[in-house]
Amino acid sequence: MSAAQIDINHIAKLARINLTEQEKERFASQLGDVLNHIAELKEVDVSGIEPTAHASPVYNVWSEDIAKPGLSVTEALQNAPAQRDNMIVVPKVVE
Amino acid sequence: MSTPIYFKSVAELSNDLSSKKISSVELTKAFIARTKAVDSKVKAFNSYDEADALAQAKLSDERRSQGKSLGVLDGIPIGFKDVISVKGQPLTASSNMLKNFVSPYDATVTQKLKSVGAISWGRLNLDEFAMGSSTENSAFGQTHNPWDLERVPGGSSGGSAAALAAGEAPATLGSDTGGSIRQPAALCGVVGIKPTYGLISRYGLIAFASSLDQIGPFTRTVEDSAIILNAIAGHDPLDSTSFKTEIPDYRAELSKRKGPWKLGIPKEYFGEGLDPEVAKAVENAINFYKSKGCEIKEISLPHTKYAVGVYYIIATAECSSNLARYDGVRYGHRSKDAKDILEVYYKSRAEGFGPEVKRRIILGTYVLSSGYQDAYYVRAQKVRTLIRRDFLEAYKEVDAVITPTTPTPAFKAGEKASNPLAMYLCDVYTIGVNLAGLPGLSLPCGYSKSGLPIGLQLIGKPYGEAELLALAHAYEKEHAWGTRFPDIEGQKGAL
Repeated sequence: MSAAQIDINHIAKLARINLTEQEKERFASQLGDVLNHIAELKEVDVSGIEPTAHASPVYNVWSEDIAKPGLSVTEALQNAPAQRDNMIVVPKVVE
Repeated sequence: MSTPIYFKSVAELSNDLSSKKISSVELTKAFIARTKAVDSKVKAFNSYDEADALAQAKLSDERRSQGKSLGVLDGIPIGFKDVISVKGQPLTASSNMLKNFVSPYDATVTQKLKSVGAISWGRLNLDEFAMGSSTENSAFGQTHNPWDLERVPGGSSGGSAAALAAGEAPATLGSDTGGSIRQPAALCGVVGIKPTYGLISRYGLIAFASSLDQIGPFTRTVEDSAIILNAIAGHDPLDSTSFKTEIPDYRAELSKRKGPWKLGIPKEYFGEGLDPEVAKAVENAINFYKSKGCEIKEISLPHTKYAVGVYYIIATAECSSNLARYDGVRYGHRSKDAKDILEVYYKSRAEGFGPEVKRRIILGTYVLSSGYQDAYYVRAQKVRTLIRRDFLEAYKEVDAVITPTTPTPAFKAGEKASNPLAMYLCDVYTIGVNLAGLPGLSLPCGYSKSGLPIGLQLIGKPYGEAELLALAHAYEKEHAWGTRFPDIEGQKGAL
């Protein structure tokens, strides 16, 4: 995969990050290098191999359906960038 | 000359406390003073709360005077990598995104350490969101290697390794996703363990790559690591990947398990790129084990060369997903000139994240994007299966695997900063362990001619920490590497 083939604008949009022109250029070229390195994975025969999501033999963990105390409203909101009446304030979402 | 208090091991300090040679308040003051004396050069700490640490120490001394000591860690200060929550204290991940964040609760490891009387002492610098191998990616400035201030301490837990090596804390916690405990431990000449995935709860740890992240200790000695693991290991219902298993008394097991062990030397870890001085030091360590009656067997981990590639697909994919939560809405940085909700996302993330974090989010987003997921992400997960299988096959014949921790001793600051791929390749020997979910330990095994520490990596079987620690202890008790200390006062501070 060469740098030219990476649609950096599309990826930045998916990631919801504004990138400067300089960042776009630099990242596209650096990612090209990394992807070239990664390309060698294509030579591995993975037919019939199951993917590993994580290496712990633990699956489908359920907890008892019992209410437990959590954070208070004050604690939950202590890091909010803007708040009013026990709610987080954001710019208008719906017209 | 006797060892200064700030270079003593946890076990020694604990003895001094129980024999009333020193109080926890005195001890804590000694680490505060040491930190004030050297941290302007080392820059290991992001923040510390002197009054809070002393208040905890006072409570510890009161408990002890009433005969109610909580055990070996009661009154011992421990530093935290600044991705581990300590209630009421800042938690930044060395990112402008979380510059003003205060932890609303304790991580499970923090709570466990507090419950045995340990003193939470400061938050330590790292590569932003634990992404990096040099602690140069911190938004708050780089940390310096105490052995040579112009060199990097490694990363991402560089602050945790450097603070310990510099005598600013007697033990610290870090996290390891691809080598972030073992690599800085090697570069700073201390002991560091990445436990088996699932042994230690990740609740309250800022997530980078959830299937790889694991918390572990940095200590001066293997025995101290056993002491800390005793306190923090074990199942936690708050972490769904936490594993239910019998936790032995790691410290007691150190002297009970005597080998001789069958040790595997993977030929893929001794090839091109390995510094000759590192190779020699590791070879000497292997010969030591041989002299103790251990059987040394050359083995092959044939998929080793793919580990870095697999890692940078899986870790960045998981990071792009985990870091989606930093959207400027509920916590973290919010852009001041966002006019609508989408601009809150786009601008807050652009302003809050540093270059390496952006680079990894972009790469991770790319490998998960429509049309590429099977070619990259799913394929990487399959090769991950093969990498794990390599190790499990090897463990049919050997008890542990020995490798160098890093290809070279500490490199100069700035040397690899402009080349992400070169930086990624620093983790070539440590990454496989995370992908396979195994326990890995780095301990000092010598110094280069220029006086830089060299690390030996020992890799164990899943949940085989007791055996792994005993194996490391057998080496450590006959080698005095841990009794050398860096001369920080004698060095000019680096920029």
